[in-house]
Amino acid sequence: MTEVLLEVEKLKKYFPITGGVLGKKTGDVKAVDDISFFVNKGETLGLVGESGCGKSTTGRMLMRLIEPTEGKVVFDGKELTSLSESDMRKIRKDVQMVFQDPFASLNPRHTVEKILEEPLIVHGIGNKQERRRKVREMLEVVGLSSYHAKRYPHQFSGGQRQRIGIARALMTKPKLIIADEPVSALDVSIQSQVLNLLEDLQNEFGLTYIFIAHDLGVVKHISDRVGVMYLGRLVEITTSSQLYEKPLHPYTQALLGAVPIPDPTVKVNREILTGDLPSPANPPKGCAFHTRCKACMEICQTDRPVLEEIEPGHYAACHLYKK
Amino acid sequence: MELSMNKNPQKPIVPEEDKAVSPWLEAWRSFRKNKLAIIGTSIVLFFIIMAIFAPLIAPSGINDQALDKRLLSPSSEHWFGTDDFGRDIFSRVIFGARISLWVGFLAVMGSLVVGSLLGILAGYYGKWVDTIISRVFDIMLAFPSILLAIAIVAVLGPSLRNALIAIAVINIPNFGRLIRSRVLSVKQEEYIVAARAVGMKNSRILFRHVLPNSMAPIIVQGTLAIATAIIEAAALSFLGLGAEAPNPEWGKMLSDARPLLTQAPWTMFFPGIAIMLTVLGFNLMGDGLRDALDPRMKN
Repeated sequence: MTEVLLEVEKLKKYFPITGGVLGKKTGDVKAVDDISFFVNKGETLGLVGESGCGKSTTGRMLMRLIEPTEGKVVFDGKELTSLSESDMRKIRKDVQMVFQDPFASLNPRHTVEKILEEPLIVHGIGNKQERRRKVREMLEVVGLSSYHAKRYPHQFSGGQRQRIGIARALMTKPKLIIADEPVSALDVSIQSQVLNLLEDLQNEFGLTYIFIAHDLGVVKHISDRVGVMYLGRLVEITTSSQLYEKPLHPYTQALLGAVPIPDPTVKVNREILTGDLPSPANPPKGCAFHTRCKACMEICQTDRPVLEEIEPGHYAACHLYKK
Repeated sequence: MELSMNKNPQKPIVPEEDKAVSPWLEAWRSFRKNKLAIIGTSIVLFFIIMAIFAPLIAPSGINDQALDKRLLSPSSEHWFGTDDFGRDIFSRVIFGARISLWVGFLAVMGSLVVGSLLGILAGYYGKWVDTIISRVFDIMLAFPSILLAIAIVAVLGPSLRNALIAIAVINIPNFGRLIRSRVLSVKQEEYIVAARAVGMKNSRILFRHVLPNSMAPIIVQGTLAIATAIIEAAALSFLGLGAEAPNPEWGKMLSDARPLLTQAPWTMFFPGIAIMLTVLGFNLMGDGLRDALDPRMKN
């Protein structure tokens, strides 16, 4: 029944660090370092992690907005990283993206109608009247009104703009939508509206989401499965319920411990992360998390743990669970 | 997957204020409130109208010599007086507006088009394209611009057309660098990434997204550059490298009037005022445009 829509294999992105007059390469920032995962059709995969852990880079590499250094992305049976620029453009009809900042992701000089019509023009869908009709329908679908079509982005609120961003992603009826922190720039009261909209749309159109966020509450709300990233690596990936009930990786445990509890009288034994995120230009040897890990063992400082299936469907990269 | 899902089947009541306010319209609204800008625009319009209707306004032609009426001071018959050939200075100044505005406009258009194109290429494609174009700009900017213009005219031979070409060439790097920096910053905007994500080609992104969002500073710079170009054209003509006699180019008129300064100061005064007013008009207009178009100046 479950069909894999997207499979990522050993994806890497190293950004070169150059220095000196001649721009000689002095090192690499390992933004994404060897991650593999898959996404089933119709599900939502959440990607969480601190800022700078490479989750947005991962999202953009899946669409080749950033070229991967190494690795494979197989979408719907096609290998994307080796496609030519023009073939890749055609794929983009099926993979769309929702961006974080609804104030920056809409061209300020275009009307909503123009913004939404453009994906159709680019992919040669419909004639002018059909396109215009679809734009108006889509505005209603995302909870705006068709009379908004002639307005400019600056005439909308943040939540409304994000709806426009979502509408743009939906115009070409994609199979996969990569949502890069789609609600983190919005007010909390608006966040849930947009999340509910995303869920409704998923049910209606059978969409698959990759949902990138740093807010665990948001991810829990929307995801079927969740992947946790740390310093460019995937440390744990499992179903949403398993992750929140029984986190395996010490980093995940610490992250969950950092979720605020809205009742000040509740006393919990929390693991609070100490120390700073190490530089991705010079990540710690072995397990990248060992510098901040409370359960650090000797092996963690030398060997990098691989992502392994600890329990059925529950993968973690940690030496604690080595059989 | 059918899209016809109208969540509110009743037709929504369109609120009255629901009119599209484009960024251009908004800029025009703030421009309209700027008194100095309106004064500048009026001056510019005044000179443009004068240039267009010059044959109707001017009482005589540009080279109607009357040797019995040489160096007459301003009077009701000759408002601006006459020069040493007995020509009506008022008529010559009016016809001069044609030349100056035309030279200013054409030269700026030329440098704007070439400069923008190079700037876009440099900014959007980066790498070695950028390195080559930017270094050429640097070299051109290393020369004092009027000196470079003189050198170009010297090579091409003195004429109004060649002066125009020289002015266009020396202004290319100004536009090029402006556009390049603008493109560099616009390129990073999320809506450009979004445009790529949608599946657009580079050419479409460049001309429909990057360029329109880079227009504002080009318009401002273009307006201000017309003022500079008019001065440069006048300067070249003054030096004898531009307009030839009997063309009533304002700079040429100044140069012709130079020996007569003490004897007949009006021969110099009126062309000078004309240059000053035109340049002032374009500068005020350009400043107003900048205030209206620059989002950082908005409050």
